[in-house]
Amino acid sequence: MSFKKINTTCVPLPIENIDTDQIIPARFLKATSREGFGENLFRDWRYLPGDVPNPDFVLNQKTYTGEVLVAGKNFGCGSSREHAAWALADYGFKVVVSSFFADIFYNNALNNNLLPVQVDEDFLQKLFQTIAADPKTEVTVDLEKQTLEVPAAGLKTGFDINPYKKACLINGYDDIDYILSRREAIEQFELVN
Amino acid sequence: MLGVPDSYLSFEKRILKRKGCRNSKIKTSFFKKPQRTISPNRMEAQQPKTLFDKIWDRHVVERKEGYPDLLYIDRHFIHEVTSPQAFDGLRKRGLPVFRPSQTIGTADHNVPTINQHLPIADKLSAFQVAKLEENCREFGVELFGLGHEKQGIVHVIGPELGITQPGMTIVCGDSHTSTHGAFGNIAFGIGTSQVEQVLATQCLLQYRPKTMKIEVNGTLARGVTAKDIILYVISQISAAGGTGYFVEYAGSAIRSLSMEARMTICNMSIEMGARGGMIAPDETTFAYLKGREHAPKGAAWDAAVEDWKSLASDSGAQYDAVLTFDAASIEPMITYGTNPGMGVGVSKNIPAVAAKSNESEMAKSLAYMGLEPQQSLLGKKIDYVFIGSCTNSRIEDLRQVADFIKGKKKAPDVNVWIVPGSKQVEAQAIAEGLDRIFREAGFELRQPGCSACLGMNEDKVPAGKYCVSTSNRNFEGRQGPGARTFLVSPLTAAAAAVTGEIADVRQMI
Ligand code: SF4
Repeated sequence: MSFKKINTTCVPLPIENIDTDQIIPARFLKATSREGFGENLFRDWRYLPGDVPNPDFVLNQKTYTGEVLVAGKNFGCGSSREHAAWALADYGFKVVVSSFFADIFYNNALNNNLLPVQVDEDFLQKLFQTIAADPKTEVTVDLEKQTLEVPAAGLKTGFDINPYKKACLINGYDDIDYILSRREAIEQFELVN
Repeated sequence: MLGVPDSYLSFEKRILKRKGCRNSKIKTSFFKKPQRTISPNRMEAQQPKTLFDKIWDRHVVERKEGYPDLLYIDRHFIHEVTSPQAFDGLRKRGLPVFRPSQTIGTADHNVPTINQHLPIADKLSAFQVAKLEENCREFGVELFGLGHEKQGIVHVIGPELGITQPGMTIVCGDSHTSTHGAFGNIAFGIGTSQVEQVLATQCLLQYRPKTMKIEVNGTLARGVTAKDIILYVISQISAAGGTGYFVEYAGSAIRSLSMEARMTICNMSIEMGARGGMIAPDETTFAYLKGREHAPKGAAWDAAVEDWKSLASDSGAQYDAVLTFDAASIEPMITYGTNPGMGVGVSKNIPAVAAKSNESEMAKSLAYMGLEPQQSLLGKKIDYVFIGSCTNSRIEDLRQVADFIKGKKKAPDVNVWIVPGSKQVEAQAIAEGLDRIFREAGFELRQPGCSACLGMNEDKVPAGKYCVSTSNRNFEGRQGPGARTFLVSPLTAAAAAVTGEIADVRQMI
């Protein structure tokens, strides 16, 4: 699966330090496959006791839909569980925008075709305001050009991504393919060291 | 060695067997010889290096412009929760585990902590633990599974078996892999895709993180422990203050800590967002490792120690950030909010706003915790005490608690769980009679596992209840849906257990 450019509405989650225990609580980590975690994405925020959908939570509101999740600073901190990235991707998100990502989450996302887009805090706040003012606001995320644009609001920013990882996403490669191709170098390293 | 199953041999022997080596000279050179830096140019070689740089550079298989470094991984720990999908990935690709003797498995996250001899009641948990056993058997990975005398929390057993050593690169599909850094190595948590990569290639593609030195100097006051140091540092720099960095802890207060206390410090590096934390190896490190099952022996030991001594940061080595703290100004710490950066000295009031936080986040956290800004926590009634987790479940933690509660009883309405970090810690506690002290005080000594640290098994704190916990995360719902966590040291936890409320342990010793 490859990723180049998308044009979509957004789901805003203006909360800081969203940790992976919120994204997918530990009790849902018992599965041994990668599928189906979307069902329990943000489980304890999404459902009230008795599994009643919480009407105040954004994923339960029809107003906000789309393939881009826009979240507060330090998204994905805490546990290394890749299940967090699987849950977001399984739910249907293709991009997460935040002003800061925790390291492990950032890598896990990239390894699962979920593009983390880091923008500055100022841009993030403007994006939140724009979405709040008009939930139908569309954003364009262009991986090739490394830009995030909100045409209706005249907002535009670039974002960083390592060229190797960018190539992986665009071409649908993963790290294992690459590392396996370096096998000779690895064996040589083992002999010398 | 023909016919001897791999699991009966030590790691070293298995690697040799795999490499077809018999010659003891090769053996020594393969394991103990100081490893060479990869193609350093003259300038680089002369520049003072940090501990981190030295170890990283030794492990770079390939460095290419525009690519992350290809980093060799010496030790890989796996557990039941983050490995099944990785093994499935190998199966799909038709790949074996590249170096099975460098991976070690244990069951910890999702195991019951009572009646471990019985089949696991929860079907999904039972399946996950069985899957780990099946995967390890099929792929030839050594497993300290449930019921094994060396089973335990992955970050407790690695060091206690001497598998964790200075100078190594160590990874595990668990963020608290940073714990191992206490021995002076590069240890960090990875996701499941990366677990698969390490299984398949013994390597990872990694960007070199920035380095941060955190120096803590001076002497700790009575009743103040390593846990308080790290909770204090995180409260000062926030839960994101270390993101993008690899931390080296230094300074006289760190140097004077035991290995177990150093592990507590490094363990929580991830709670400030850092990828890992490390402490340069010294005599304390060598004394801890000497004679441990997987530690080098004889001449190999001497050679290893000599190499390890070269691992300290050079004077004048540059860090991307340096922070300095004074140990004497640290008091027993407690968190009041829903990230580990929201902590205060136990005698202080909750601040109006936490460092580097904002009002709305603070309000959300305190509402979850049922607390008010500027409230004092002393005297706050609590319901549960959890002493355990890879942060504080080692024998010294248990001894400290036992010593404090000897002759005392737990408060009547409080449930107290003590969950040792490993079977070996449990056995040691029993051998020292600590179990009796716990029993007499009304504490429940359970069997090893992650337990209420993450509430994946039955050990959950009920919604709305307060748990004083020696673990490392106070996230919403971490210890059970709706559970409210106060992170503290084992001593402060023991003080809460006997008083039934948050207390200043300094007044009680
Ligand atoms: S004890 Fe807690 S933090 Fe440590 S490995 Fe287990 S779940 Fe993770």
